[in-house]
Amino acid sequence: MSSSVVPSIKKDFIYKLISEGKRIDGRAFDEYRSIKIETGLIRKAEGSAKVKIGNTQVLVGIKMDVGEPYPDSPDMGVLTTSAELIPLASPDFEAGPPGKEAIELARVVDRGIRESEIIQLDKLCIEPGEKVWIMFIDIHVLDQDGNLFDASLLASLAALYTSTVPAERFELGENFKLPLSKDPPISCTSVKLNNAIVIDPVLDEEEIADARLTVATDKKGDIRAMQKGLSGSFTIEEVKKIIKASIINGKKLREVLNKSIRG
Amino acid sequence: MGMKKPEDVILFKNNKRIDGRKPDELRPIKIEAGVLYRADGSAYVEWGGNKILAAVYGPREALPKHIQDPRKAIVNARYNMAAFSVEDRKRPGPDRRSIEISKVISEALERVILTEQFPRASIDVNIEVLDADAGTRCAGLTAAGVALADAGIPMRDIPVACAAGKVEGKVILDLCKEEDNYGDADMPVAIAPLTDEILLLQMDGHLTYEEFEKALDLAIKGCHIVSELQKKALLKKYERVLEVE
Repeated sequence: MSSSVVPSIKKDFIYKLISEGKRIDGRAFDEYRSIKIETGLIRKAEGSAKVKIGNTQVLVGIKMDVGEPYPDSPDMGVLTTSAELIPLASPDFEAGPPGKEAIELARVVDRGIRESEIIQLDKLCIEPGEKVWIMFIDIHVLDQDGNLFDASLLASLAALYTSTVPAERFELGENFKLPLSKDPPISCTSVKLNNAIVIDPVLDEEEIADARLTVATDKKGDIRAMQKGLSGSFTIEEVKKIIKASIINGKKLREVLNKSIRG
Repeated sequence: MGMKKPEDVILFKNNKRIDGRKPDELRPIKIEAGVLYRADGSAYVEWGGNKILAAVYGPREALPKHIQDPRKAIVNARYNMAAFSVEDRKRPGPDRRSIEISKVISEALERVILTEQFPRASIDVNIEVLDADAGTRCAGLTAAGVALADAGIPMRDIPVACAAGKVEGKVILDLCKEEDNYGDADMPVAIAPLTDEILLLQMDGHLTYEEFEKALDLAIKGCHIVSELQKKALLKKYERVLEVE
């Protein structure tokens, strides 16, 4: 996600800190920032959540509509995920149609949700072949300070788990809670810089990182999705280390998520 | 405006409006300054059911170069609605309505900003409507005013906006959704509150001249109330900073 350049003096500074075992914001290499999740903020949305990871803020809203199913899955609801990197969130984001970064972000979140099959799309069928629920997950990045992947997936999940299907609005009976299974995948992103691995990078770290790896894990600690990014590479040992750290931190993130969607 | 009123909707009865307000009463308003980390200045406004964020970037070099003005900064406001901010999902990106609103807000802000101090620069004001509930342009401009002040942009005044209108023949302040949909007139007004100069004025519907005078007077009174809330929000942020120091 580096469209701007961290001045080389700052890069030298971050590298020097890393070689001393420190990070720019004082965290340990395997320490996640503090997380805050708020749900039900947007009245017009079927479900919504705002996630803060450090200074990064992402707002996700769920909207639902009634429409036609895809011909190859006539009895399944339709899921669409979009992300917008709006110029409000960063001096480097520009207005206009979603670029590569926004599309990668939306697709990684979409895959995490779709492939884990937490949304029971078969229960979102109204009339097979004719009418199904169309579901939109819209990711609105509000403040970009690194690690949009984890923040966006977490916000999408919190929004989904607090969503109500607006059946009354479409005169299709009573509103009902969105049917979801209980075990969502939680992603955890790490980057490699100056040959060190740090978890949950801030923007300054992300911009000078050589490689990035996002690992989604489930409740049992099994791996459910991965995405490697940037032009650098990882050693096999590094990948193993990142996965282990993602399992441990995934547990913590899951607790925060569960707390926010209860009640 | 423009929508046919269902039989059972009563917009005005016993000097009370559909949501229980008096004719000259504003909806609840909450303003917070300095809510974003990356932006040079920012503000969050809750106004009735509206939830709006504004962020200011700049003054910074205007790009591409051909848009630069060698005499002054350009003010570039961008009003945008989140896909989930309205009843039926809005397709992301600008449409004709948001482009027009962006233009009139940009022009209103340009009047109060000391643009001549920053030749060839742009001052970018991003207004995001997160939850929409009638009167988003007024709430958006009000948020932009606070965000500009928070960014330290030199201004003649802090711009502020409020709408007045008419339902069932009665002139009212700050229309809610039903009043906007089924009412007789809607008139958003933005002013520079020190001088009462008018920075933005739009109207649709039907007003007699006398009603217009009354509506304008009411809108300006509303602007002054909101202006006090803007100043309070800015003061609160700096009180916070002082406490930390």
